[in-house]
Amino acid sequence: MTDFLMSVLVLGIPFSISLLLASLGEMFNQRAGIFNLGCEGIMSMGAFAGFLVPYLFLQAGLNPVMGNFLGLVASLAVGAVLGWFFGLVVITFKATQGIAGIGMQMFGVGDAGTLFRHFIGGIASVPGLSPVPVPLLSRIPLLGDIFFNHNIVVYIALVLVPAAHFVLNRTSWGLRVRASGTTPRAADSVGIDVNRVRYQSLVVGGALAGLGGAYLSIGQVMMFADTLIAGRGFIAVALVYFGRWSPWGILGGAMLFSLTQVLQLKIQTAGISMPYEIAVMMPYALVIIVLAFARKNQHLGPKALGRAFDRENRL
Amino acid sequence: MTRKQFNRLYKTVIVLIAILAGSFLGTMVLWAIGAEVFKTFEVIFVEPLKSFYILTEVLIRMIPLIFVALGIAVAFRSGILNIGAEGQILMGVLGATIIAVTWPDIPHWLMIPLCLITGTVMGALYGGIPGFLKARLSVSELLSTVMLNYIAVQTYTYALRVPLIDPVELKTGSGTPQSMRFPESAWLSRLVPGTRLHSGLIIALILCVIIYFLLWRTSYGYRLRAAGAEAKAARYGGIPVSSALISAMVISGAFAGLAGAVEVTGLHRRAIEGISSGYGFTGIVVALFGGLHPGGIVPAAFLFGLVLVGGDMTQRMVGVPSNMVQVLQGIIILAIVSAKVVMANPYIRERAERRFLKTEVPA
Repeated sequence: MTDFLMSVLVLGIPFSISLLLASLGEMFNQRAGIFNLGCEGIMSMGAFAGFLVPYLFLQAGLNPVMGNFLGLVASLAVGAVLGWFFGLVVITFKATQGIAGIGMQMFGVGDAGTLFRHFIGGIASVPGLSPVPVPLLSRIPLLGDIFFNHNIVVYIALVLVPAAHFVLNRTSWGLRVRASGTTPRAADSVGIDVNRVRYQSLVVGGALAGLGGAYLSIGQVMMFADTLIAGRGFIAVALVYFGRWSPWGILGGAMLFSLTQVLQLKIQTAGISMPYEIAVMMPYALVIIVLAFARKNQHLGPKALGRAFDRENRL
Repeated sequence: MTRKQFNRLYKTVIVLIAILAGSFLGTMVLWAIGAEVFKTFEVIFVEPLKSFYILTEVLIRMIPLIFVALGIAVAFRSGILNIGAEGQILMGVLGATIIAVTWPDIPHWLMIPLCLITGTVMGALYGGIPGFLKARLSVSELLSTVMLNYIAVQTYTYALRVPLIDPVELKTGSGTPQSMRFPESAWLSRLVPGTRLHSGLIIALILCVIIYFLLWRTSYGYRLRAAGAEAKAARYGGIPVSSALISAMVISGAFAGLAGAVEVTGLHRRAIEGISSGYGFTGIVVALFGGLHPGGIVPAAFLFGLVLVGGDMTQRMVGVPSNMVQVLQGIIILAIVSAKVVMANPYIRERAERRFLKTEVPA
């Protein structure tokens, strides 16, 4: 039993990271007032870009560490560009955000699939990011394996939680982000360029979603497929609601989902007689349940969420 | 230039810019994979028109697209965005399959309506779930419908793998997850001998007319549209907005379910994996492109039927993966929603008007 629990807990943190990163990014979007449903598409492209660079390095026989590093940089860049592009659609053109997000999702997932078929073709794998044990700490029994024996992105993501909290609540940029998402008109009246802040937060959020995708492709499964993201982008959006738009809440939500997922994998391998389809649908069903129970949270959300800001529009 | 002429010109220019920007974006992607751009667009949009058989294949793709898009248009008009059509289609397929496989001896005249109705009801119930969640528990329909899609896919795979699997597959041991072939009584008739075009097309066109009357010629349709146009005003006017939401989602799901039932009885005649292949999402594009109106949805469905068939040919003819179709659909959604809002924005129009109109017609 302890072995079973242990094996669940050891996978708990690594499985939560892609959700955590994408969700933190989405939190910045939403705090600034943009509902980015295109997260799924951005994650797909990030996963692809993050995979392509190390794959090409592998083919050319170049330094794999450099390849991984450049892969992560590429995923950040691709995510940032797509975030900016989404901003062009919903901020500059002021398109309805929900439906534009669906367009963005199709655009991103389709692009990743098209480019993947062209540049890579079939199933391929890379060695991916290797674990970097923290000296000393990783040798603590139990806790060492749970917390201190992961690849570099895991540590970055975990550090990003308090960092995001600090940026959002203790810096003037964070204040501008929150103001733009809550009362954009008031923010505008004190000289904050609301749409510019929203663009910035979309770029940050896109970059984080891209990194989340890359973590999945080169940090977790070491391969890429068009179906790799499998709804994680949408779950990430739901997690922001569940986590009450705060980094710590999102961390809790991401952990809850990753533990469900690990549990599901363990149930499948433990040979418990249950259709595996039921196990696979567990996280998706959990999202709906969680959203239904967290409905009171909605009042805590940014008030101007999903509404384009037009300073000429006085309605 | 009068104001009316100006408005027409203004709209045309915006549409042209949207088309140009969209094509530019598509071209960039094609250019990135080193494809011949014009040849690719030609294969997608023109090639399927060159042979009669392939043209009927386009019409076949059109059928589920019309159903799904009609449902999405109803939901959209009522202020709720149904992106769960993909799952609702699968439920419709399951409904029809259960009837056809369990009671194969039902006579043809009863079997077809029974299959289609069961499929419709299954889709409607499945569409009702997010409607209920939205109206009563204020769960965002965007998220719940997406999640229900994934749940539906798993349910469907399970059903094909275990309870509904073709006994022949078990005997030969190949275990392909598919249902047994439907009895002939559960086949929708084919319209043109030698092709796969089935009478679902007629049902789809009839439903277009019905939906037009429902939305624009009945008080029920008026209530739905009012709830979608301005929820607060509608509630003030005595329209129960939340039940309008639920019923819109139920109708939307019913249409998607019917799409699935027609697809399985008309085309495949057995439930197979991947039967929907993205019709739920393409349906959104069709509904938007058709201006959320049955009269626009039919030509839009034809266009996207063309794109789907053409997209299947690009891999073979110009080496462009068929995923490119998804890219194009995404671009088209983004272009439409952007152009729509820009067009409706009075401040931008006023600025353009002042710039181009006032110089010619003072005061």
